[in-house]
Amino acid sequence: MSVLSKSPWIIHYDGSSCNGCDIEVLASLMPRYDVERFGVINTGNPKHADILLLTGSINEQNKPVVQNIYNQMPNPKVVIAVGICATSGGVFRECYNVLGGADKVVPVDVYAPSCPIRPEALIDAVVKALGILEKKKAASLAEEVKK
Amino acid sequence: MSIKILLSYLVLAPIVGGLLAGLDRRVTARMQNRIGPPILQPFYDVLKLFKKETLVVRPSQTLYIEFFFVLTVFTGALFFAGGDLLLIIFALTLAGVFFVLGGFKASSPYSVIGAHREALQMMSYEPALMMVAVGMYMVTKSFQITDIIHYPKSLIMVLPGVFLAFFFILPIKFRKSPFDLSTSHHAHQELVKGITTEFSGKTLAIIEMAHWYENVFVLAIVYLFFASNVWVGLSVSLLVFLSQMLIDNATARVRWQALVASSWLVALVLGGANIIYLMIRG
Ligand code: SF4
Repeated sequence: MSVLSKSPWIIHYDGSSCNGCDIEVLASLMPRYDVERFGVINTGNPKHADILLLTGSINEQNKPVVQNIYNQMPNPKVVIAVGICATSGGVFRECYNVLGGADKVVPVDVYAPSCPIRPEALIDAVVKALGILEKKKAASLAEEVKK
Repeated sequence: MSIKILLSYLVLAPIVGGLLAGLDRRVTARMQNRIGPPILQPFYDVLKLFKKETLVVRPSQTLYIEFFFVLTVFTGALFFAGGDLLLIIFALTLAGVFFVLGGFKASSPYSVIGAHREALQMMSYEPALMMVAVGMYMVTKSFQITDIIHYPKSLIMVLPGVFLAFFFILPIKFRKSPFDLSTSHHAHQELVKGITTEFSGKTLAIIEMAHWYENVFVLAIVYLFFASNVWVGLSVSLLVFLSQMLIDNATARVRWQALVASSWLVALVLGGANIIYLMIRG
């Protein structure tokens, strides 16, 4: 395990979610689960973040915002779709204006369905994401060596 | 002798500063009824940042931050080499100015507001810092750190007002509530991350390391007040550092008007009274 997975800084964006998942995301940072034990910080700033947590089914209005946040994050970065809404659109899938999931706008690495997500599942998703973060870093290093 | 101290400062200060930052996060977590990250967490963070991509808005913003880092280290180096207290304060100010310029150069609304606030913070702590220099000169008749540190009596006995004024502005230097206006370590998320918003990767790591050096330097000034006994000095410095965490967790952030007004008031009333007393006593 390298330092990359010892200090995962997250940014959390609410893409038209019902706020259920958002409350669970914040609950993971609270004393009961205290993800700062693993070095997780909620940065609120894409330029400092490693992991993007997207909640909600994403609509036309916040599509450019999500893409902007994603583009502003420094590499290596991973995206987690939090909750069934971000995974597939969930119950809102057929709504007008809803795009139906985070992967319609940015590449998603980990899907964490359930409604709302439980903090345990979220922590599990972040751990999975850390593995992917390491792989991405290794891949980019290998590419540099090739060049 | 001073070369040895200087070298050990250059090597040890980031280690001590990082450990203090780790202790800070741990104690803060305990105060909030959490377990908190490992003590070595700040080192993990900085090492990770070195592995990340560094995004810049303008290339020159990185240059300013590098100057900020070098000058901050230089400030501490002057101190530990036993240099001139006035020169040290000017070097510290210059370092701060480069940080502010970096924030302005990045020119996003968040970092510009952060830079404005950083400049206001500098304006707020400067008087108290000058009082420290003036007070210490009046007692020891020298600006040289070597002379001040070897002064036989404890400076706190004659400079209590100056020390309190200095203590009052410490949260600014440690970037703690109630004076963490320009940027903060916690996820308050006001104005995103203030002055550091536009810095990422290596540049952010450099800012963090400069902060470690700065913390050690600030605690060294606290030590000066108690320098007649090494152990008293060290334990008071540690206590002062711990007190900052308590203050941080027990207070809310103030507005900049309150910051400037209160820090000047405290510096002028407590520090000023102390210095006038010294003048009268002769
Ligand atoms: S998954 Fe459920 S809780 Fe989460 S945003 Fe969608 S509807 Fe709300």
